[in-house]
Amino acid sequence: MIRAALSFGTAVTLLAALGALVGCAAGNGAPGSPTMAKIRERGRLVCAVDGAVPGFSTVGPGGAFVGIDADFCRAVAAAVLGDPGKVEFRPVTAGERFVALSSGEVDLLSISSTHTLSRDAPGGNGLSFGPVFFYDGQGVMVPKASGIRSLRQLAGQPICVESGTNTELNLADRMRELGLAYQPLRFQSGEQAYPAYEQGRCAAITSDSSLLAAKRSGFKDPGAHGLLPELLSKEPSAKVTVQADPAWADAVRWVTYTLIQAEESGLTQANIEASRDAAQADTSQAEARRFLGIKGDFGRQLGLPADFTLQVVKAVGNYGELFERHLGPATPLGLERGFNRLWSRGGLHIAPPFR
Amino acid sequence: MAPVPPAKPTPSSLPAPKPPWWRDRRVVPWVVQAVVGLLVLLLIAFLLGNLIRNLTAAGLLLSWRWLQQPAGFDISESVIPFNAQLPYWRALAAGLVNTIRAVLVGLVGATLMGCLVGMASFSHNGLLRRLARVYVEVVRNIPLLLQLVFWYFVVFLTLPNGVAAIQLPGVVLAKSGLYIAGLGEGLRWMGPTLVNGVWQAPVRLSVEFGALLTGLIVYSGAFIAEVVRGGIAAVPKGQWEAASSLGLSWFATLRRIVLPQSLRVIVPGLNTQYISLAKNSSLAVAVGYTDLYSVAETTLNQTGRAVEVILVLLAAYLTLDLLISALMNGLNHLVQIRER
Repeated sequence: MIRAALSFGTAVTLLAALGALVGCAAGNGAPGSPTMAKIRERGRLVCAVDGAVPGFSTVGPGGAFVGIDADFCRAVAAAVLGDPGKVEFRPVTAGERFVALSSGEVDLLSISSTHTLSRDAPGGNGLSFGPVFFYDGQGVMVPKASGIRSLRQLAGQPICVESGTNTELNLADRMRELGLAYQPLRFQSGEQAYPAYEQGRCAAITSDSSLLAAKRSGFKDPGAHGLLPELLSKEPSAKVTVQADPAWADAVRWVTYTLIQAEESGLTQANIEASRDAAQADTSQAEARRFLGIKGDFGRQLGLPADFTLQVVKAVGNYGELFERHLGPATPLGLERGFNRLWSRGGLHIAPPFR
Repeated sequence: MAPVPPAKPTPSSLPAPKPPWWRDRRVVPWVVQAVVGLLVLLLIAFLLGNLIRNLTAAGLLLSWRWLQQPAGFDISESVIPFNAQLPYWRALAAGLVNTIRAVLVGLVGATLMGCLVGMASFSHNGLLRRLARVYVEVVRNIPLLLQLVFWYFVVFLTLPNGVAAIQLPGVVLAKSGLYIAGLGEGLRWMGPTLVNGVWQAPVRLSVEFGALLTGLIVYSGAFIAEVVRGGIAAVPKGQWEAASSLGLSWFATLRRIVLPQSLRVIVPGLNTQYISLAKNSSLAVAVGYTDLYSVAETTLNQTGRAVEVILVLLAAYLTLDLLISALMNGLNHLVQIRER
């Protein structure tokens, strides 16, 4: 009798856990954006970041999150709530990020997440990807002293990789193409994978090149590690929201475009308010007046305040400023703009017209 | 003349009045059970309804077709053959076999460890007794996750590598793992050899497996030691005295008189510890050992089938634990004192 009651109790608990798991997904499908309504009601944006990648998102000396991904969260908070400080950062691992999003635990993923078909499609993960925020490729890092200069030399060697990532699949594909046996050492998160690599457990570690550079900047001896010349894949990463809320996805998409358009128009954190004042006085600056919400109702169409572009750039600067501040040559990461330049300067970033 | 009040009947002279139904001992338990049962059924119906409604809304009704799709990732330490082109269910099976491997070896190791330490706490040697206490108190009061990380990063990953590895005849312990001589290709006896800077041997255990196993054995061993100690303490002191008056040594007393009698106290407690060990093995992800949980996490991330993957995980761990429990209940039945 007691045993029956126990197993019954266990079953109820299991069901309750499952119910809780999916219960949070309820409440979609209302007109407008339920996510934005939730954010306004709560008074803050819940934004998922990795939290352990220098340049992208780490906890800074003052205890606040710093990095380009963290600043993107602030830009969205500035657009929706008018205050970049109203963000609750939620560090999640690569393996749990999509569940955190689709369960409604977080409003937005601001983590390097490669846009792929199966993640996007309704029959796959069913997520909604914004425009590409960062163009990257998968690289392989090795200790310089090992003398390894190409993938082929890694035959039979242990290679560290974060589980649940694209890089894990790309690595398997490429090694199969090359017909090389290897030992994948799969770690749940970078907090385990990179120390294991640094301690010499693996001959190499693979991830997005920018992440490798970021992690390397935190090593005891960053100069002792180098990237192999070959790239395993293209990794265009984007900000992710749930597919069930297209209005929210649009808002996040146009925040990204705002950052890019601001750089193209030469609007910076420092000059945007002066530019707005100038455009207000001068009716001939039609494009600037549209972009800054002086004319037209783009903000309302997106469900955002009329001056959301101004708020975004005032809070974090334009895309170029973000890149220079967190990833560029003046930072420990020292990344080149490369593909991440504007289309007008030979790069791949382009914002559709604000019309 | 005042009316005479009717004489009160004595209580015993009347048949006991029928109590109202809500105070009837034959009715109340049924009513309570029916109400509780109904509430539980309603709760289940609500949760299931919620599950199906939300999954339908999200376009994620349970589907198992993904099990047949190629997994796309590799598992380095699989007992059953596996490669990235095989379907997800094969990957999950490989993960499950890895989990079972860790659990089985862990159970044996933790039992040995626990018995030795539990026995040591009754030793005449004061140093040994105190060492046993210190071990138990230190180990069982530190979270297992921390201990695993300690064993992996502080102990195993600081081992030397390559030519500098610790080499004994037939056995090599390096940063990459433990290599043991055995029958290699063509049934020839092969010792560990260094090829291209990587050790090769017929029997190879990774340091990830080693760290997980060490952590599980040391941690569960401390709890089992306490169970064993309790079991031994439950045997009356007279048994020790009788054995010693017969001239039996300490060890012979323990082995022939005390332990057999303490088993009936130890086995139920052991059951709990074994089940915990099986569940704790899922912390393997922290030290890079590819177990069922690790495979399931990647599967979940690639396929997006969160509910299905979690169901598979729940079913697998539940089955494993119920199996252990059933075996231990059988053992418990065997060691009970039978009245003749």
